[in-house]
Parts: sequence; structure tokens; C-alpha cells
Amino acid sequence: MEKEKKILTGSQIVIEALIEQGVTDVFGYPGGQVLNIYDELYKASDRINHYLTAHEQGASHAADGYARATGKTGVVIATSGPGATNLVTGIATAMLDSIPMVAITGNVPTSLIGKDSFQEINITGITMPITKHNYFVTKVEELADTIREAFQIAKSGRPGPVLIDIPKDVQIASCEFENKKPVVTFKQKKADIKDIKKAVELINKAKKPYIYIGGGAISADVSKEVKKLAEKIDGFIGSTFMGLSAIENSYKRFLGMQGMHGHYASSLANKEADLIIGIGMRFSDRATGKVSKYAKNAKIIHLDIDLSEINKNVKCDAGIIGDIKYSIEEILKLCKAQKHPEWTETVTKLKEEGAAINKIAEAENKNALTPKKMFDIINSVKDSNTVIATDVGQHQMWTAQYTDFEKSRKLVSSGGLGTMGFGLGAAIGASIGSGNKTVLITGDGSFGMNLNELATAVTYNTPVTIVIMNNGVLGMVRQWQTLFFGKRYSNTVLERKTDFVKLADAFGMKGKRVSDAKEFEAAFKEAFKAKAPYLIDAVIDMDEFVLPMLPPGGSIDDIITTVKKTED
Amino acid sequence: MERFVIAALVENKYGVLTRVAGLFMRKGFNIDSLTVGETEDPNFSRITITLTGDDNDKEQLINQLKKLHNVKSVRHIKEKQSLERELVLIKIKNTTQNRSELLAVTEIYRAKIVDYSLKTICVAMTGKPSKINAFIEIVRPLGIVELCRTGVAALERTDIL
Repeated sequence: MEKEKKILTGSQIVIEALIEQGVTDVFGYPGGQVLNIYDELYKASDRINHYLTAHEQGASHAADGYARATGKTGVVIATSGPGATNLVTGIATAMLDSIPMVAITGNVPTSLIGKDSFQEINITGITMPITKHNYFVTKVEELADTIREAFQIAKSGRPGPVLIDIPKDVQIASCEFENKKPVVTFKQKKADIKDIKKAVELINKAKKPYIYIGGGAISADVSKEVKKLAEKIDGFIGSTFMGLSAIENSYKRFLGMQGMHGHYASSLANKEADLIIGIGMRFSDRATGKVSKYAKNAKIIHLDIDLSEINKNVKCDAGIIGDIKYSIEEILKLCKAQKHPEWTETVTKLKEEGAAINKIAEAENKNALTPKKMFDIINSVKDSNTVIATDVGQHQMWTAQYTDFEKSRKLVSSGGLGTMGFGLGAAIGASIGSGNKTVLITGDGSFGMNLNELATAVTYNTPVTIVIMNNGVLGMVRQWQTLFFGKRYSNTVLERKTDFVKLADAFGMKGKRVSDAKEFEAAFKEAFKAKAPYLIDAVIDMDEFVLPMLPPGGSIDDIITTVKKTED
Repeated sequence: MERFVIAALVENKYGVLTRVAGLFMRKGFNIDSLTVGETEDPNFSRITITLTGDDNDKEQLINQLKKLHNVKSVRHIKEKQSLERELVLIKIKNTTQNRSELLAVTEIYRAKIVDYSLKTICVAMTGKPSKINAFIEIVRPLGIVELCRTGVAALERTDIL
């Protein structure tokens, strides 16, 4: 690395510091207060790619999807005022799912700050609760180190988004700049051996161990270690929504998602277990239901890098704070190899029960294009590197329930914030980042929120296959109305006349409408082969429900496995 | 539910107090008092927070504070091993009926008269929050016009040996 000192402007420093951090792709949208940065992006276009989206929100989701699919830090740039506020939902989405992201915004010159100047907004104030940290840079001399620190914070410990707001005069001012070797993360904390020993004691005593992984298992890359642990203690693995794809679905000890819409066997085994080992997860309300009724028979061990997660939502019997890879390895060294044939028998029975429930549902829907059939087709066509992105709603839960994931980081979806409109931008970012085909599963409701990003997919010819599970209603909310609001369908029936095929055509891409399994299979195969974006409008029945379901605030004892269809 | 005191050493930078206060808001902590001021090192400020809650609240508050990038250290200041002081300024009506009692109470509580006018007398007192609470209750019947408390400042005692 060259050590010479150069005099650079603030906007040149932004570009050099990004390149120094290994950034090759950024997403964004230009505007008045980032003109200088965009001028430097223009000059540096051979060293850093900028992807222009249709809307800043789309850019923020693209940066997020890029980060989820690659593990790298996603970068987004926007101008002051509305440009910055349009990033807010994207930043919050990344925050709730602990995704490393750096957002760079321009602001009015420092002399105009606080005067309600044109397109002035206090974006650091607005994003304080939804970032890991943020900066308002007032001196060009501090800019380079601020950007370096931002990248470190975004990746260190529990990852998250960081925002840097740079007033225009700081972008124009110049100072000395010297390249430094990037420090990827701060030193990760290592667990206390006393806590590890306590956990090992509980593990050695357990007869029915259940390992419960979350998104942390993906960001800490512990898929192998988790499997080793399951083998050694003869336990089973369940996952939160965010933990999906960390363990391949075909792995025999993996039971699938646990929680509100979890796989039957996984949720029931979680209830039956006498020991739950939570790894990189946070016992969210969607995972536990009513906390006072959750895991009443089980001891809980909780491994996480974030100290504030221990005892936050549920009280644990052993809390292990630190890098989870190190923690699992230490536990593996100390715990006894075990055999629990009775537990295996119990779980096998639960799996059979779950399969039987599925069969009944399938038999009822012989002819229709059901979500299950769609995913059977998707699973048979996709390959192990295909990224599956989703929006939020019923289609998202069906994706979680029916997709066969084969590799980590192959699910890109907004879990914590549940952001409708996340999918298309994120799918584009994921495809650009991974260089792989990405399939977006979406609903007609979610897709309607940010479909403007079709323009982006077409511009960059991003190979995204868009599957709209079109039921003409806001399905998930409607499902709740069916179950808990006396079928009063307030504002969930979309009486729209949108022709998605024509829409695709208008944006300059291919689209097809399908209404049965054969048509869907043909269209999906064609779309998957295409080296371009492709939209499939798949018509499904509005009375398809996401099951099983644990009612909100309820417990596993309240599990709903069947719902009678509404009569017309 | 018990009262506890937390001391946080934070970087003396723009916006740090907002970050700390914002954290309390979004995590739903209801704080009793908060004081902030520069320390012996001008690069750092000390924030002293008193809060009523259970052990869970205490653990969460400390752990959440530790996650803030500008927060350098967080300590639970245990009551028995610490010095706690607070300052109160109380403006009380000055009448012929209450004047002598007010002067007597001021003397007994080792408070200080810091302002005297024909209409009001202003008294300043430092002490532990419990002493200040007591003093306020004693002078309340005399007619409090206005009062202002600073919140608690606390330091741990150093062992004698």
C-alpha cells in the first residue's frame, strides 16, 4: 500500500476511504448536497461501481440485500433532506436484523445548518435510535478516520447500520490523506470459561436438548460448529426466521423454523425439550409467544455476542457472552458425547405428525396452484447458490416453511422490522453482490409498495426472477381478520386492476401470468434460465392460510393447524 | 422495585447526552434523575443516573448503555459504598408568620439562605436525596413558591486501607 500523503478534498476522501475498506459496489441516488461526491464517483468509475436505483429506499434495501447475501458491508449514498429520510426504513430494517451497512448522506453547508435551509434535515437526530452509531462530520480532517471507524462499528460484535452525514463544505474542503490498512473489526469478546462450564454442566445433564439458532449463526458463520454440537450431544436443531439457511434443510437433525408460523415438529420439539441452547438469537415475541408459558420445562443456555440480549426477553440459566464460534468450540471440547434414543423417537413422531397435517392440506387442494406446489417447483429448479429474497406477509412465511435451503446466506428477508416493499431492492442488491440468480418471492401487496425498482433491475439487467403470489388481498392481515376479527375484511381486499405483465413490459422486461402448476413450472423454468429480470404473476387462492399458527400472545398449546375455508 | 444509581463515563462530544437520553426513551426506562458534567479529563463527561426498577431493569440499563459507542464505562454505584449529593434551591414565601420557623429549620438542616427579599426567601441545601426530600416536606407548609433540584452526583468511596 502506498504511504505517500496526498492533499484531497472531502469528497475524494470519501471515495478513497471506501476503496480502502474494500468497497467495490455502492447504491444510491444523487442530489444537490452530494454533487461533489457523485463527481468523484464519476471519476472513479473504473474502481468503484455505483448502482442508481429508482428511489433512495430501494437503494437502502439493495445495500442491505447485498450485505445479507455476501457478508460484506453494504453501502448506500443519498442526498440531504428527502434523500436522507427516504433511507430511514432501509436503515431501520438493517438495524432490526443486525445487518452491516454504511449510509452516507450529504447535508447543507455547516453555515446553513439549523436555519431550515432547502433540503436540510437533522438526519443524525432522526436515525439515532435506528443506527448502531452515527456521525455528523464537521471537519474534513476527521472524515477519513470517521469512515474507517464507521466500517469497524458496522461489522464488529453484533453488526448493524452506521450513518455518516457530511455537510457540503466538508466535502469541498481539503486536507492531507494517507491510506491506512483497514481494520475489519474491533477485537471480538471471548466468553468467560466459568459461564462455559456452567453451560456444559447443563448440557451433560440434559436428556432432550434443542439447539435454537438465529441470524447470529449466519453472521458468525457457525453452521459447521452447530452441527458438530448437535451430533455430539445427540440433539436437534431449530431455527428462528432469521436463522434459516444457516443449516441445510436436508440435514437430518434440522427441524426447521420455530415460532408463530414455525414447522410443526420444530415448534413442538421446542416445547418438549428439557434444554434449549439459544445461539445468536434473541427470543423475540414471534419466537416465544407468551413468555410466561414459553419453555416451561426447559433450562435455557443463551450464547450471544451482544451482552444486552442475555436475560432481555427470557431469563436464562446460563448466559454466555462473546463470539459464538469460540463459545461453541469451547463447549464442544468440554461436553460429554451423549445418546438420547427416547428424544430421537419423540422427535421422529413429531415429524410424522407434521407430515400428516401437510398431507391433509394437500389433498384438499388437488387442482389449485397452492403455495406448497409452487415451492416444490421452485426447489426442483433452483440450484444451491440461488438467493431467495422475499417481501413481508404470507408469501414470506411460505418461503420460510417450504424452501429447501442448501447454503448459508441464501435467504434475504426482513425479519425484525417486517418491511413490506423490502424485497425487490434487496433482491437486486443480493444478485449484484453474490453474482448469482436471485428469486424474489413477493405478494401483490408488498410488490405494489416499491415496484419502481423494476427500472433498476432492467437498467443493470440483474437476473432477478420475480414471483408474485397474487391473491388480490393483503393476505396476512386478512388471515388475522379471518381468525380474530370475525371476517371483517377492513381494507385488505385489493380491488385493483394492475396488469403485472403489462407493467413488466412497460418497464422493458418479460412477464407472464400463470394460474396453474403446469404453467407456473414452465414459466419459472424459462425465467430461471433467462439472464435478465423476469416477472411471473402467479394467481393463487385468497383463502390459502399460513399454518400452523400460534396466535399472537398465545403459546404452543394454542397451535392452529387447520382453518375452514370461507364460504362465498 | 428499588432505587439504584448508575454512573457512566462518556466521551465529551456533541450529541452524547441525546444518545443516552434517547436510549432511555426507546427502551422504556423511567429515570428519576440525571446529571451530567465534565470530569477531571475534559475529554470525558460523567453522567449519573438514578432509576427505580427491578434487577432486570438494572441489568438491561447497564448493558444497553455499554453498547453505545461513546460510552466508555458504566458502573452500578452501590449505596453503602458511595457518596451521594444533591443540591436543592427552594424559594419560600417570606411572611411575618413563617419567617422565624424558616430560619430555625434552615439552621437545623444546615441549609443556607442565598437570597432574601420582602416577598421570598431562597434557601440552598446540599445533601443526600433522602435529606433533601425530608427538608422539602418540612418547609412545604411554609409555602414553597418554586424549587429546583440538581439530581444526584455520586462517587464511590475509596477504601480506608
